[in-house]
Amino acid sequence: MKIAVCVKQVPAKDAPLHIAPDGTWIRETDISFEMNEPDSYALEEALRLKEKHGGEVVAISLGPERAKQTLKEALAKGADRAIHIADEEFYRLDPLAAAQALARALEPERCDLVLTGLQSDDHGFGQTGVLLAELLGLPHATIIMSIEVQDGSLRLKRELEAGWFQWIELPLPALLTIQSGINKVRYATLKGIMAAKKKEIRTIPRTELLPSLAPTQKLERIYVPEKTKKTEFLQGPPKEVAAKLLEKLKHEARVLGSS
Amino acid sequence: MRILLIAEQRQGKWNKVSFETLAAAQQLATETGGRLVAALPGQGIRALAEELAGYRLDEVLVVEHERLEPYTADGFTLALRQLIEREAPELVLLPHTYQVRDFAPKLAAALGRALLADCIGYRYENGRVVFVRQMFQGRTAADVTFAGPPPWLATIQAGAFRADQLERGSSPAPVRAVSVELSPEQIRVRPGELFREAKQAVDLTQAPVIVAVGRGIKEKENIALAEKLAKLLGGELAASRPICDEGWLPMERQIGSSGQTVAPKLYIALGISGAIQHVVGMKGSRTIVAINKDPNAPIFEIADYGIVADLFEIVPALNEALEQSASS
Repeated sequence: MKIAVCVKQVPAKDAPLHIAPDGTWIRETDISFEMNEPDSYALEEALRLKEKHGGEVVAISLGPERAKQTLKEALAKGADRAIHIADEEFYRLDPLAAAQALARALEPERCDLVLTGLQSDDHGFGQTGVLLAELLGLPHATIIMSIEVQDGSLRLKRELEAGWFQWIELPLPALLTIQSGINKVRYATLKGIMAAKKKEIRTIPRTELLPSLAPTQKLERIYVPEKTKKTEFLQGPPKEVAAKLLEKLKHEARVLGSS
Repeated sequence: MRILLIAEQRQGKWNKVSFETLAAAQQLATETGGRLVAALPGQGIRALAEELAGYRLDEVLVVEHERLEPYTADGFTLALRQLIEREAPELVLLPHTYQVRDFAPKLAAALGRALLADCIGYRYENGRVVFVRQMFQGRTAADVTFAGPPPWLATIQAGAFRADQLERGSSPAPVRAVSVELSPEQIRVRPGELFREAKQAVDLTQAPVIVAVGRGIKEKENIALAEKLAKLLGGELAASRPICDEGWLPMERQIGSSGQTVAPKLYIALGISGAIQHVVGMKGSRTIVAINKDPNAPIFEIADYGIVADLFEIVPALNEALEQSASS
C-alpha cells in the first residue's frame, strides 16, 4: 500500500504571536514551529497502516525552507521519503492553490491512500484534504477516527457532531482527513533520526507545479480580535485572588450560594 | 446580492446552525438588497421545506432525490453543483457543520470557486462583503474577501449569528421542487448507520457548575485538583478535546464541537486556551471564569472573570478557601 501523508509546519502552540508589518501574516523571527497536530495523527496512522499491510509512506509538505524540519521529523518517525513543495510566501496561497500544488506533486505518485489532518492550527481553513480529493478525482471521507483496510476498500469510523459516529465504506484509492486522537503518536527514536539522514527529501518549487495564480479569495489583514465581553481581571497573591473570585461569584455574579 | 442558503437536515431533523446561517443570510440580503433563496437537499423533506418557507425569504427550493438520503459527499456535491449552476446565485451560504465540512470544499473545487470557511461575522463596506474568520486557533481574527467571479461560497460558524433574530415572512414563501440527476455509480461512498459510542453516563448539560481542564493541566495526575474544585462547587468535571484525546478523561466529558454543548450558571476554564472548537460548546454559559498563564489566550475574550496566573497556585487556594467556608 502506497500512502502519501500531507504534513504542514505551523507555529508552536505556545509561541507568542506578533502580526507582521504587512498585516497578513505573523512575524516568524524568534518563534518555534512544529508539525500541525492533526497532521501528526495522520502521519502516525500512515505508519501504522504500512506496518500492518506493507508498502511505502511518502510525506509531503508545502511551505518555506523551514518546513523541511517537519519533513525530517516525519522521516525520523518512519516515513520512507519526502517531497517539499518550496514556497517562501506559502501563506499568500488560497486553499485552492495550495491543494492544486499538492495535487500536481501527488498525481505522478499514484498513491493508494492519501491522508491529511482535518485542519491546520494556523490558517485553519479545514479544506485542503477535501479539495485535494476532488482535484485528484478520489473518493474521500473526513474526520476519521478508525481505519480498517479490507481487500480493495476501507471501512471507516467517521466522527459526527455531539458524540455521534458513523461507519462508512470507501473504495481504494481514496483520501481521508484524520481527526486528532485517532491514535497515540510515537516519538522519533535516535535510530530513526540517524536513519532519516539517509532518506530523500525532494524539493520542487511551487512555481514549477503551479506557475501562475488565480486567487479565489484574499486575506486582507489579520489582527488581534476585539473583545466582545468586558473581562474583569483579578490580580494579587494566589490566596487573595481566590478569595476575591469567590466573593465576586457569590455577590456580584450570584452564581454561588453565599453560605 | 443574490443569496442561496443551503439548509441542513439529517434524517428529517434540523441542524440548528441552519437557522443561525439563515439569520446571517437575511441580514446580508437586507443590507445588499438582494434576493434570498433557501435550498434543502434530502429525500422526504417537503414538510421541513414548508417550515423554512415561513421565514422571510423569497423562495424555498426542495432538492429531493432518493440518492440524497442518506447523506454522501458525492451525492450532495453533484446535486448542489447542478443547483448552483442553474440558479446562478452570487453568494452561497452554508452552516459550518461536520456535514458541510465534508462536502463544501469538494463543491467549491468542482465549481473552481472559493470557499470561505468558518466565518464568524461580516461587514458590508464599499459595495463588497468582508467576511471575518479566525486564525491561529482563535488567537487572531482575519478579514477575508472573495476574488474572481461568483458564485462565492462561505460557511457560518455555530453561534456566530442568533436564530432568535430570524424574521418571519408576512406570508409563506413559495416552495419549488428542483430535480437533480444522480446515477448510482457516481456515489462511491457507502454510508452505514449512525451510532453513539456509549450511552452518556454524564449529562453535562444539566450541571449548574462545570470545571473544565485543558492542556494547561499538563499531567493526568493533576486532574484531581480540578476534580476537587468541581466537587466543592457541586459541579461536574469536563475537558477540552486534547485531554480526552490523551485518554485522561473519557470522551463523554468533552465540551466543544465534537463533544457536548453546555450553558451552566458557572463555567471555570482551567488552562484552556479557548480554540473555537471548544468555545462553541460553552460560550452560552452565564458566568465564565478563565485561569490561564497566557494573557493573550483567546479564552479571556469571553471570560467574565480572568486570572492570568499559574493554575497550580490558584486552584489549591480556591479549594482551600472553599473547604474552610464549608467547615465554618
